[in-house]
This record gives sequence, structure tokens and C-alpha cells, in this order.
Amino acid sequence: MSIKTLALVAGLVVTSAALAQPAQLEVTNAWARATPGKAENGAAYVTIESPTADRLVSASSPVAKKAELHTMSMQGMVMKMRPIAGLDVPPGQSVTLKPGGEHIMLMGLNQPLHEGQSFPLTLDFEKAGPRTVTVAVEKAGSNGPDSAAAHAHH
Amino acid sequence: MPRTVSTTRPSGPPRFLLVAAILAGLVIIGTGTFLVLALRDTPRGAAGTALASAIGGPFQLVDQNGKTVTDADLKGKWSLIYFGYTHCPDACPTALNDISIALSELGPKRDAVRPVFITVDPERDTPETLKAYVTSFDAPILALTGTADQVATAAKGYRVYYAKHPEAGDDYSMDHSSVIYVMDPEGRFTASFTHESAPEQISERLKKLIG
Repeated sequence: MSIKTLALVAGLVVTSAALAQPAQLEVTNAWARATPGKAENGAAYVTIESPTADRLVSASSPVAKKAELHTMSMQGMVMKMRPIAGLDVPPGQSVTLKPGGEHIMLMGLNQPLHEGQSFPLTLDFEKAGPRTVTVAVEKAGSNGPDSAAAHAHH
Repeated sequence: MPRTVSTTRPSGPPRFLLVAAILAGLVIIGTGTFLVLALRDTPRGAAGTALASAIGGPFQLVDQNGKTVTDADLKGKWSLIYFGYTHCPDACPTALNDISIALSELGPKRDAVRPVFITVDPERDTPETLKAYVTSFDAPILALTGTADQVATAAKGYRVYYAKHPEAGDDYSMDHSSVIYVMDPEGRFTASFTHESAPEQISERLKKLIG
């Protein structure tokens, strides 16, 4: 293998590594669960990735009176849900909010979230500032857009 | 002058009491461990029968159509009982969706199982609220509420813990046991599932139980 080829391969590797890493904070895979009946609260989930350390500090959406960051934990058999002040986004690691962990709690929904709908959600980051994403509404109780085949349980 | 009698004996409780206390402690731990293990997947037969009476019990509640339902009404079918509340956006929809998926995999045995959702938040969960809530899930769920006392009685029977957790403003969330109980057609506790049980595991277990 010539030096030229090696350099090319090395170059490709570096390029693909750079491509995998977003140049700035990105919010992807935003989804929410359809809310059953007249349920006043809903939950939205996102994946966050940032090249530099950041922190999600608040959220808001026109579909709800307020949006809070919440964490759900199991203590033994007991489920507890608590608001959290913020969520750290470590550099270069993707943080995924999902059922059974952290979620963005949509409190006081103006109307139910129906499967197939979408709505805007603004997330405020300490350094990157506000990011508005479009949230896709999945089935009530769904475990995410990709859960049909791989039902995510841990 | 009399000599002071010195003794090496400790001044605390006699040794046999200490030993008895330790033994009692071991028995309690052992029983607890047995119960925990057994509750995950109750063996049927003698041990199962003894445990069966530990979970469940009489209750009187009202369903989503305003009809009174007691524990006796659940007999004749297998029941999957889950305690939760409609303001819960995460664990409760997950459990009800898991139940719906599990039941859809039962095929012809599907009708032998009745999913039951009992609220731990009767203050906000009226029959109307419950009715709108459960119709969003594929399975035909029997949703129950009642007075604070009626709900407390039902929860106590099923060893379900719940407590109101106040939040900003007048809002609150409910801490609650998140367990799916399987009761047989005679109303006896048979098995339980947790958030760790995938719908496939639930349906496989049900298929074996229903026979």
C-alpha cells in the first residue's frame, strides 16, 4: 500500500469521524406519545448530541401550558416521577430521552395529542441557546418510532 | 474488706437472647426473600396457594361507565390488574400498551383475559376521565375508580403503595407501585410482571397459565 493510499484512507477516516460528530448541538428523533382520552399531561422524547458540553435547562411548546424536564425512576417496584432542574449533555455523547427515564413533561395540554400529528417544541440550552424541533406524535404508550420491531425494554 | 468481684460477663442482655434475636432476624429476611422471589413468578400448588391469599382481596369500585364493580365481578376470567393514574405520562401508558400488545398475541385465548386499570388518583380520575383514557388502548380495559377510601382498600389488598407528590402550583404526581398482577378466574393471585417484562414474555406466560 503506497503512502498516498494510506494518506487517502487516513483522510477518509478523519472525514467520516468528523461527519459523525455534529459541528454544533443537534436535537434529533423528537417524538411524543399520543395522549389517551383527555389526559392533561403528555411526554416528549428527543436525542441530543453536542460537540461541546452543554446543559438542557428548560423547554416550552405551544401545545401545553408548560413543559418541564422530568425523570422517572423505579425504586423497587415503586415508580416515582420528579422534575429536574436540568440535564447535562456531555461532549460528543448522545443523550437520549426515552420512556422509563427522562422525558419532557407537557403539562396542561391545550388539546389531546393524536397519533400522526406533529408540533413544535423549543428546548433551551445553557450554551447553544434555544433549539426548536418538530415532534412527531406516535401511538399512546409507544416506545418510540423504531419500537415496532425492537420493543425497547431493559 | 470484701474483695470486689470482677466478672467478664457482659452487662447487656443474656447471650441466648442475642442469639434468638439473630435467628428471628434471619427468619424474617428469609421469609422476605422467599416472598420476593415467589411474587416474581409464583409457583402453583401448596406454596402458591398460601401466597395467593396474600395478594388481592375484596374491593368495591366503580367502572368507567359508572357501574359498581367488586372483586367478585372479576371472577370467571383471568385478570391483569395494574394500578396507575391518567396524569402519568410515562410508566402507565407503557404498562397499558405492553398489556395491549401481549393480549393481541394471545390469539383465541385473548377473550380469557380481562385487563383492569385501577386508579390511585381518584381525586382527578373520574369514571368519565377513565373512559376517555382507556379507549385509546387497543385492549378493552376495565377502568376502576372510587372514593379515596375504596381505592385505599383495593390498593391495600394488592399491596400497592401510592402517595401524592406535590409539585409547583396545585399540581401533583403520584408515586405508585408499578406491577401487573395476574389473578386466575377464581380471583387468586397467580403471577406478576414488572416494567422489565416485555410484552412477549407476558403473552408467553399467559399462554402457559391459561393452558
